Amino acid sequence: MLKHRILIPLLAVLLSTPAFADKPGGTYQFDTEGQHQFILFKISHLGYSWLYGNFNEFTGSFTVDEDNPENSKVRAEIKTASIDSNHAERDKHLRSDDFLDVSEYPTATFESTGIEQTGERTAKITGDFTLHGVTKPVTLDAKMIGYGDDPWGGYRMGLEASTTLKLADFGITKDLGPASETVEIIISVEGVRQ
Amino acid sequence: MKLRNDKARYGWVAIGLHWLVALAVFGLFGLGLYMVELGYYDPWYQSAPDLHRGVGLTLLAVALIRLAWRALSPPPAPPGDHHRWEKTGARLAHWGLLVLLFAAMISGYLISTADGSGIDVFGLFEVPSVTGRQNGLEDSAGLVHYWSTWALVVLAGLHGLAALKHHFIDRDATLKRMLRP
Repeated sequence: MLKHRILIPLLAVLLSTPAFADKPGGTYQFDTEGQHQFILFKISHLGYSWLYGNFNEFTGSFTVDEDNPENSKVRAEIKTASIDSNHAERDKHLRSDDFLDVSEYPTATFESTGIEQTGERTAKITGDFTLHGVTKPVTLDAKMIGYGDDPWGGYRMGLEASTTLKLADFGITKDLGPASETVEIIISVEGVRQ
Repeated sequence: MKLRNDKARYGWVAIGLHWLVALAVFGLFGLGLYMVELGYYDPWYQSAPDLHRGVGLTLLAVALIRLAWRALSPPPAPPGDHHRWEKTGARLAHWGLLVLLFAAMISGYLISTADGSGIDVFGLFEVPSVTGRQNGLEDSAGLVHYWSTWALVVLAGLHGLAALKHHFIDRDATLKRMLRP
């Protein structure tokens, strides 16, 4: 009886401290299974409108180091053939050697090399992006959307990041017009802590 | 005006359909090779594929009519002076052409309709998708379309060369009976 009188309040105190209840540090896998992950691209059509599309298949993870945020890490691997702009003929064309050349370059990868925290919930994530066989450093503007326990016994964190790429930098030189030389990539993912 | 085929000769319907299909096959092949190389700002960038899809689906209708006509009015027997191997070869080639023609047309249709959308035929009507949205179907159908169309024109070329061989070397009536009844 005495035991419980001590143990229960002790547990309550321990569990209510940030160390147990609200510490978001750790490694998170993108929620591929539950499909709480999106990679969108946005490119100008003729300078008149935006064309949006998705990469439907990708995996990734990130590590949050609370004490040393600059040691946090992100990596993602995208199946280029999963590009989907809701138009079969266009998707086939985008997979061809005019654009992504998916049979030659089936994956695109991002591997962070440095993270600079810019605000309470914002950071600049620099990393090596490999697309179409070309690796270039890119910087993602990232925002942490939220984190915490989920209702099913897990722990989750959501991130959204974006960057703008020049297609020609990655050897994609098909001329789509002067307004369409760059493409914005938007990555919005939920990670499940491992 | 002799429309129907008889035991020895083709009628005008079979002759007309034969050359119409030949024209469409080579026309579509050339148009297909041309349109995929067009630049994004080329005035033909949209109209060339529109024409390709419209003619392709029209050809599907023509090819079905041709099959129906073949059943209604069977083609004449091969000329009697052909060797046995020539008859066998011709028979294989004719069936090969038919299979490749349908493979080419159906795979082309499947590329355009793999996202569930229909194909507009010259602004007159729309042929709907039968598959609905199928991820990746455009790629597998694209592969079949590419190779079946190449095989079709190569085999059609051999078929034409064989006709010329009968005309100029064997000096028989094979080619002439496909020109007039």
